[in-house]
Amino acid sequence: MQLTDLTMLELAAKLAERAVSSEEATRACLERIRQVDSKVRAFLRVDEEGALAAARASDARRKAGSPASALDGVPLGLKDIFLTEGVETTAGSRILEGFVPPYDATVVRLLKDAGLPLVGKLNMDEFAMGSSNESSAYFPSHNPWDLARTPGGSSGGSAAAVAAREVFGALGTDTGGSIRQPAAFTNTVGLKPTYGRVSRYGVIAYASSLDQPGPMARTVADTAALLQLIARHDPQDSTSAAVETPDYQADLEAGVRGLKLGVPREYFIEGIDPEVEASIRETLREYERLGATLVDVSLPHTKYALATYYLLASSEASSNLARYDGIRYGQRAKDARGLKELYALTRERGFGPEVKRRIMLGTYALSAGYYDAYYLRAQKVRTLIREDFTKAFQQVDAVLSPTSPVPAFKLGEKVDDPLSMYLMDVFTLPCNLAGLPGLAVPCGFTKAGLPVGLQILGRPFDEARLLRIARAFEREHDFFRRPAPL
Amino acid sequence: MALTLEQVRHVATLARLALTPEEEQRFTTQLSAVLDAVAQLQSLDVEAVEPTSHATLAASLLREDVMKPSLPPEKSLANAPAKSGTSFAVPKIIE
Repeated sequence: MQLTDLTMLELAAKLAERAVSSEEATRACLERIRQVDSKVRAFLRVDEEGALAAARASDARRKAGSPASALDGVPLGLKDIFLTEGVETTAGSRILEGFVPPYDATVVRLLKDAGLPLVGKLNMDEFAMGSSNESSAYFPSHNPWDLARTPGGSSGGSAAAVAAREVFGALGTDTGGSIRQPAAFTNTVGLKPTYGRVSRYGVIAYASSLDQPGPMARTVADTAALLQLIARHDPQDSTSAAVETPDYQADLEAGVRGLKLGVPREYFIEGIDPEVEASIRETLREYERLGATLVDVSLPHTKYALATYYLLASSEASSNLARYDGIRYGQRAKDARGLKELYALTRERGFGPEVKRRIMLGTYALSAGYYDAYYLRAQKVRTLIREDFTKAFQQVDAVLSPTSPVPAFKLGEKVDDPLSMYLMDVFTLPCNLAGLPGLAVPCGFTKAGLPVGLQILGRPFDEARLLRIARAFEREHDFFRRPAPL
Repeated sequence: MALTLEQVRHVATLARLALTPEEEQRFTTQLSAVLDAVAQLQSLDVEAVEPTSHATLAASLLREDVMKPSLPPEKSLANAPAKSGTSFAVPKIIE
């Protein structure tokens, strides 16, 4: 077993007993990246110098007997959407090529304060708009389980790096499934916290009422440990919730006996891959064996979630991305004549096709004469989708479903068909619209060896229960021990 | 709903995007298809429904209105494509 095969908590234990140093662990990650990242292409840039300096500082704290946190010294990766002071951050876009942030995102500062060496910035769909990493302006990442396939998106680089054991864990962001879907595609765990649970300060915005950063790791306990470090109120994010952070490890092993788990009939639809459905059904039976009660629930407005999401997210994106104008940072069309042409040429050259498509849709939906018919109406349907969940959670403790209707698809397969690509997110979008926490946990493999992920949705701020439910299944299977065939 | 090429050009102007003729054509087709797909929302009766503008479930918070340190000019300007002293440089706006 290599050092990089350890889980975060296993490494943390070895660091605590000083059987291994953070510098050794960080060098092991850097070596693994050198070995496999030419195939996986998870990293946009590796910060070897910064990571090793942080690792040596961590080792010094250990030696002095004053570690900064339970995960002090555990190397981590960051989706390239998190601002990192002094380290280029592009959000997968050409328009931010060369942008070196003057400050850290709150979550980055929290991780640095907790002593975690940050190994580098991970690939993503441009501005988090995509489900396959193919809209990255730089290159697509590859799924470690089948290099011809996507690791999912938009946090695909994060998922691929964790699955390929290039890092012990990573942070992603989830606007419509961008943590959970790549986790499901790569045999990793991904948690989208309740809206407001984790600060968005310094996280490059896509759709501000939906975006939420969260942890990605190989095990449920690692995910809980990482959430522990980043879940806290931040006065610099006015939508951050002033809610106590519980101890996420406390009830992790409590099991599911006596819990009521909802199975929404609208999530088992035509078009779902038969092997995915079979794997999820088997997982549901397993939960019954473990003592949970399955309850048939209905979320009747599920079929409207996709349309609602694309109108709201695109509208918010068209407004958020107005800041990329070539004036204060990022690329500028230097040959433009006059200010208007400078804006229009800078943006035309700086944005890729998916980003332009969503800016166009959002601008249209917000424009005079269409606002009520599209944007306002979508906000009202969003209320109906939220109410579906409120009603369901009067009956059940959590809702279980597939994370994605299909396993990882081939790179290039859907790139020319935006509507079919959008359909990939049909099970993950409603959670963001309702602001709820959602977790993807590995639950099996297809015959071809592609990972399948179970999705667990919960009440607001009920992350601890989601982790506990996920752990109950993981304890029986240990799929995370299985390495990707690299 | 079918979008016209003229509408796409108007929206591109609003969005400050200098689309190529080929992009204008492609977006006319693709956005028309997306609008067809989202038209399903028109079938719902939402007359009496309140809109949700934000998923924030906790009450929104107010903070003290006090001055705090912010970025110094040299850091704020560090990424500027063009600058002049402590200002961002832009093309002439009034001819």
